[in-house]
Amino acid sequence: MATTERKPLLLDFEKPLIELESRIEQIRELAAENGVDVSEDIRQLEARAMQLRQEIFSSLSPSQKLQLARHPRRPSTLDYIQAISDEWMEMHGDRRGTDDPALVGGVAKLAGRAVVMLGHQKGRDTKDNIARNFGMASPGGYRKAIRLMEHANRFGMPILTFIDTPGALPTAEAEYKGAGEAIAYNLREMFRFEVPIICTVIGEGGSGGALGIGVGERLLMFEHSVYTVATPEACAAILWKDAAKASQAAVALKITAPDLKNLGILDQLLPEPSGGAHSDPLGAATILKQALIENLETLLQMNGQERRKMRYQKFRNLGVFTEPS
Amino acid sequence: MSLFDWFANRRKSGPISQERQERDIADGLWSKCVACGVLAYTKDLRANQMVCPECGHHVRVDSNERIRQLIDANTWQPLDESLSPTDPLQFRDRKAYSDRLRETQEKTGLIDAVQTGFGQIDKLPVALGVMDFRFMGGSMGSVVGEKITRLIERATQKRYPVIIVCASGGARMQEGMLSLMQMAKISAALECHREAQLLYIPVLTNPTTGGVTASFAMLGDIILAEPRATIGFAGRRVIEQTLREKLPEEFQTAEDLLQHGFVDAIVPRTQLKKTLAQLISLHQPVTPTHHQLLQLEAIALTSSIADSGK
Ligand SMILES: [Zn+2]
Ligand SMILES: [Zn+2]
Repeated sequence: MATTERKPLLLDFEKPLIELESRIEQIRELAAENGVDVSEDIRQLEARAMQLRQEIFSSLSPSQKLQLARHPRRPSTLDYIQAISDEWMEMHGDRRGTDDPALVGGVAKLAGRAVVMLGHQKGRDTKDNIARNFGMASPGGYRKAIRLMEHANRFGMPILTFIDTPGALPTAEAEYKGAGEAIAYNLREMFRFEVPIICTVIGEGGSGGALGIGVGERLLMFEHSVYTVATPEACAAILWKDAAKASQAAVALKITAPDLKNLGILDQLLPEPSGGAHSDPLGAATILKQALIENLETLLQMNGQERRKMRYQKFRNLGVFTEPS
Repeated sequence: MSLFDWFANRRKSGPISQERQERDIADGLWSKCVACGVLAYTKDLRANQMVCPECGHHVRVDSNERIRQLIDANTWQPLDESLSPTDPLQFRDRKAYSDRLRETQEKTGLIDAVQTGFGQIDKLPVALGVMDFRFMGGSMGSVVGEKITRLIERATQKRYPVIIVCASGGARMQEGMLSLMQMAKISAALECHREAQLLYIPVLTNPTTGGVTASFAMLGDIILAEPRATIGFAGRRVIEQTLREKLPEEFQTAEDLLQHGFVDAIVPRTQLKKTLAQLISLHQPVTPTHHQLLQLEAIALTSSIADSGK
């Protein structure tokens, strides 16, 4: 993995838009220097820019969405938590000897209600990314997550999880500490909790590492997020025997929010501000907050057993097969 | 013929020629062990449950053979045999998934990668699922997920222990996210089975990796493994590439997992049936409380809704 190279902040498909925007800025400056009135031209160019933005972002390919979902400036779990909660205190450690910075969580207040929020945390810069293993959680991370969820269940606090990981940490140490066991345990235990559980894919949902905090009665997903059984790169390497076929794999795997809505996996698609969540993090946070509050209101009308049944039924119905009777 | 004549004849014919040896292997009369290279009479190998009599190497067995080895004769009742895979994503890599499915079905005689059913092990009733590595590497898609889930749900109703013999490379990529969701679906059914205080024993055979390890393989009350089986979540190659670590030979073997506390016992195949029978008879179900009976009814209700919904 390239751990040191700096990722470009500008994605290829964003370029025409960014170029147009900087041209508008240039014209504006030139006009001001020379005292010429170009307001009509500027208006036209801005309309063109808005149109271009809409065109680009409404027709993104799955692999372009994957790039957006991995955008280094895309709001992270901590960005959202800090933006949407009235109060927030991060809690640390799995009580088994580890505190994994790739999976963060704590107690918070959302619209006047105590909740537990947790999620994968990618770094905000290269150094932070290395410290947080690029959001790839270790077994200790999943054990911290289940400890916090257990806490939420005891105190009747709804659980809000935020998914943003390429997958669980693939290291020898993680294997020795039971990467598979830690995720498996969460999958089973999350069906036991009576408090509402809402899971939101905010960026990249990668494989079992995502699902390990992804069992809820509601699954939300930002418009340009992706959720996949295996990274398209890994899938291409295995099925096409050619990692360069990743964009083909991204299409075939059906990883976008609309695809997952069709398959019945996704409950609600959250629209992103035009230009993507990274172009307006606060706007994205407002959309997220609104959706979480609305979903919570619905779920809080049910009792604990009803919510468990709903969660069971949601997953029970997933799968496509035929059965001649 | 006297013993002496027999030896004399044998000496006369000399050692079996290389050519003759290869012909016999091709005929299936003799099998050469991939681990120790020793030739064994295939009939003897079968009688020893496909374990090399010389070195103890466990040759992979298919689901039919595994059921034959574990279940008392004439007690096997297969379940959901007609449940068939479809191609929900219209997936195509170098080959269309639908073609791959049809070819694999023809080649193996299986409909998908797991067989499930009720049967008896030394007269003790069990719900048994056996994954079959021949079917697309035992990968888990919708059919594997649904059959195992139904098996567990019915076992909960009948208060049977569940045994799943795992052999899988993980989630089936050709069914995308539907495959990933099966991990949660099966775990949900196991949660109810567990809540009803019933016994679940996964048997990890070579290989048990990926999404199967990160779900039902690791959720046993007691976890058994076959000698030398590869068991892990992340692939060995992925780990080596990601962090440029060189991994020791025994990494992700059953023996390694035993040492790190993730399996209870390594059981040679020839001892497996006996061991399972012993464990099941030691764990007779607790009489359900009134509260649990109500919950069982609720489960029965939800699963019948799920059945009728398909
Ligand atoms: Zn041998
Ligand atoms: Zn239950």
